[in-house]
Amino acid sequence: MTDIASKYDPRLKSRHASEKRFKAYGILAILISLGFLALMVTTILIQGIPAFSKNYVGLTIVFDEEVINPDGDRDPAKLGSANYTKLARSALRKLFPDVKKRKERRKLNAILSSDAGYELRNMVLEDLSLIGTTKQVWLSASDEAELYFKGQISTELPEDQRKLNDIQIGWLDTLTETGVVDTRFNTPFLTSGDSREPELAGIMGAVLGSFFTLLVCFVLSFPIGTLAAIYLEEYAPKSRLNRLIEVNINNLAAVPSIVFGLLGLAILLNTFGLPRSTPLVGGMVLALMTLPTIIIASRASLRAVPPSIREAALGIGASKTQTTFHHVAPLALPGMLTGAIIGMAQALGETAPLLMIGMVAFIVDLPGGVTDAATALPVQIFLWADSPERGFAEKTSAAIIVLLIFLVIMNLAAILLRRKLETRW
Amino acid sequence: MSATSSILRSGRRRDFVELSVRALLITCSLAAVLTTIGIVFSLLFEAIRFFEKIPITEFLFGLEWSPQTAIREDQVGASGAFGAIPLITGTLLISTIAMAVAAPLGLLSAIYLAEYANTKIRNVVKPLLEMLAGIPTVVYGFFAALVIAPFLRDSGAGVGFEIASESALAAGLAMGIMIVPLVSSLSDDVINSVPQSLRDASYGLGATQAETIRKVVLPAAIPGISGSLLLATSRAIGETMIVVMAAGLAAKLTINPFEAVTTITVQIVTLLTGDQEFDSAKTLSAFALGLLLFVATLCLNVVALKIVEHHKEQYD
Repeated sequence: MTDIASKYDPRLKSRHASEKRFKAYGILAILISLGFLALMVTTILIQGIPAFSKNYVGLTIVFDEEVINPDGDRDPAKLGSANYTKLARSALRKLFPDVKKRKERRKLNAILSSDAGYELRNMVLEDLSLIGTTKQVWLSASDEAELYFKGQISTELPEDQRKLNDIQIGWLDTLTETGVVDTRFNTPFLTSGDSREPELAGIMGAVLGSFFTLLVCFVLSFPIGTLAAIYLEEYAPKSRLNRLIEVNINNLAAVPSIVFGLLGLAILLNTFGLPRSTPLVGGMVLALMTLPTIIIASRASLRAVPPSIREAALGIGASKTQTTFHHVAPLALPGMLTGAIIGMAQALGETAPLLMIGMVAFIVDLPGGVTDAATALPVQIFLWADSPERGFAEKTSAAIIVLLIFLVIMNLAAILLRRKLETRW
Repeated sequence: MSATSSILRSGRRRDFVELSVRALLITCSLAAVLTTIGIVFSLLFEAIRFFEKIPITEFLFGLEWSPQTAIREDQVGASGAFGAIPLITGTLLISTIAMAVAAPLGLLSAIYLAEYANTKIRNVVKPLLEMLAGIPTVVYGFFAALVIAPFLRDSGAGVGFEIASESALAAGLAMGIMIVPLVSSLSDDVINSVPQSLRDASYGLGATQAETIRKVVLPAAIPGISGSLLLATSRAIGETMIVVMAAGLAAKLTINPFEAVTTITVQIVTLLTGDQEFDSAKTLSAFALGLLLFVATLCLNVVALKIVEHHKEQYD
């Protein structure tokens, strides 16, 4: 069979080879794209997962009344401003009594986080009976010590090229050997706001900022988007105006996101004078951006409702509005919600327009509402990625992991909603 | 009597409800139009203020970009240079690299998925490819700056070739991968809409599957595919975060992909983050760049949508 075929077409072999090659190109293209995806995700996971653990140094702290409250009156203002760092440092020095020189002492103090004093203060303010006692307390290690404990500072590098010198590494090793170094889950990373110190920086501020931004975005874009879709699909006669609206929506969907940021800056901030850097403005800008997505998805879902529903409602005397809002829209709602969730997921990952309206400020406090200055999760990633401290590299990856988890949850919710509520007519 | 009047009254109320609902719905649909008008006017208004300070010809044809504000009146180079050509070439360079990655990868993936893959593979691979589109661009930017750029620089140094650590290539590669799903899903739709009868006719004449795809399916799908490539290009031109994080800041007039270039979007971000005074040419120039970006992407989109729509009519 093959012989006869090749007799009539001597090129058959090469034609078949080219067939195989062509198919292989397709597979190769898919593998390259998916390989890139896998590489990106694994790199970020490998780099980010260590950030979810945090190292603490156990120190026997003498809560010396002389230092904390020499007057003995337990006045909260005096208690709050006492020099707790001194307590932590003297406890550390007790572990290494032979460190005498000023310069060396400073090196030794660099093992502890600059926040160690605050941690002690909070303990004392919570429990006044601590004063005058001696107790073992776990305090945060500094970002350099943290990097060493996690094996990210190689001792093979020449001494002047790393953040820790040989003596400091010796101290850290001694601490590990005596069992006063503990690794715990990094709860502060998930519950605190941003900080200049990598070991203290948390993402809660950014998560709340994103939440408020999306809240504003949803409250604006979902009603406007679905109502616009209902008009275009159910009411609009084929007029020039409606044609214009349709073309407009399609084009708006492809406008670069940064242009929406410029719109927000020029109109919302400069003309209307809305507060800069707030989730209110961020949400409004993102709402304009997600509007086309929601309108297009909602229209598709309205189109899927069969005309028989409308005819039946109209036939028993319902008005156009009753037909639409009592019968058609409820049936299309799952599809509309799915579209809205996908739109929100896009909005959650959007960075550029938020940069334009000033949501890039360094903000430590957790935002409490839509008019507080805030930053958003992707913007926080951008800010940390730009920070020179090495400790922020793992924080950036960890923040990306958190962002991706939110995105996966939202997309899964959209898929489940579609599966569960979608009716096949 | 009373029954009729109550029906009449309720009818009138019904009319009122109908009208007000309709008015509300029209208002909501106009939100999209208002957004566009808002974009055009805000960009145009600020850009005109910019062109009052810097002539439009200098902006469009100037070969040097170094926007600084004068600290003193008599400072040298106080007015800065606002020639957009280096930014335009930088943007085009990075977009070209991105398309050189995305077009073959996206197209070949689409062909494989539409013509060769069985349903099972399709159901697995398609959502995975679309995940690439769902990943925020700031993640691509981080990856490009953290992994791709150092890798390119080191491998360049390995063969004694200098590649800037903020090279156009690194940003372009990451952007290309980001655009693959856009190209592949649009092309997939187009290829699937080519009628089966064309393929059957080709098989009937003895062509192999690859020959059918190359000689019959693709030529029939060309308008739609070019539309999808244009949409992807417009996406690449307007992309911001990848280039902000992985491309350079200095405006350099070059087409060497191994050097650092800057783009329109990078400059908009640099000019408008941080403190700004709203009367300086420096700040206003960002809006002129925004207008340029908006017009360019709008033209690409309109042409792309026209092509796609026109193509649809052919086989219906």
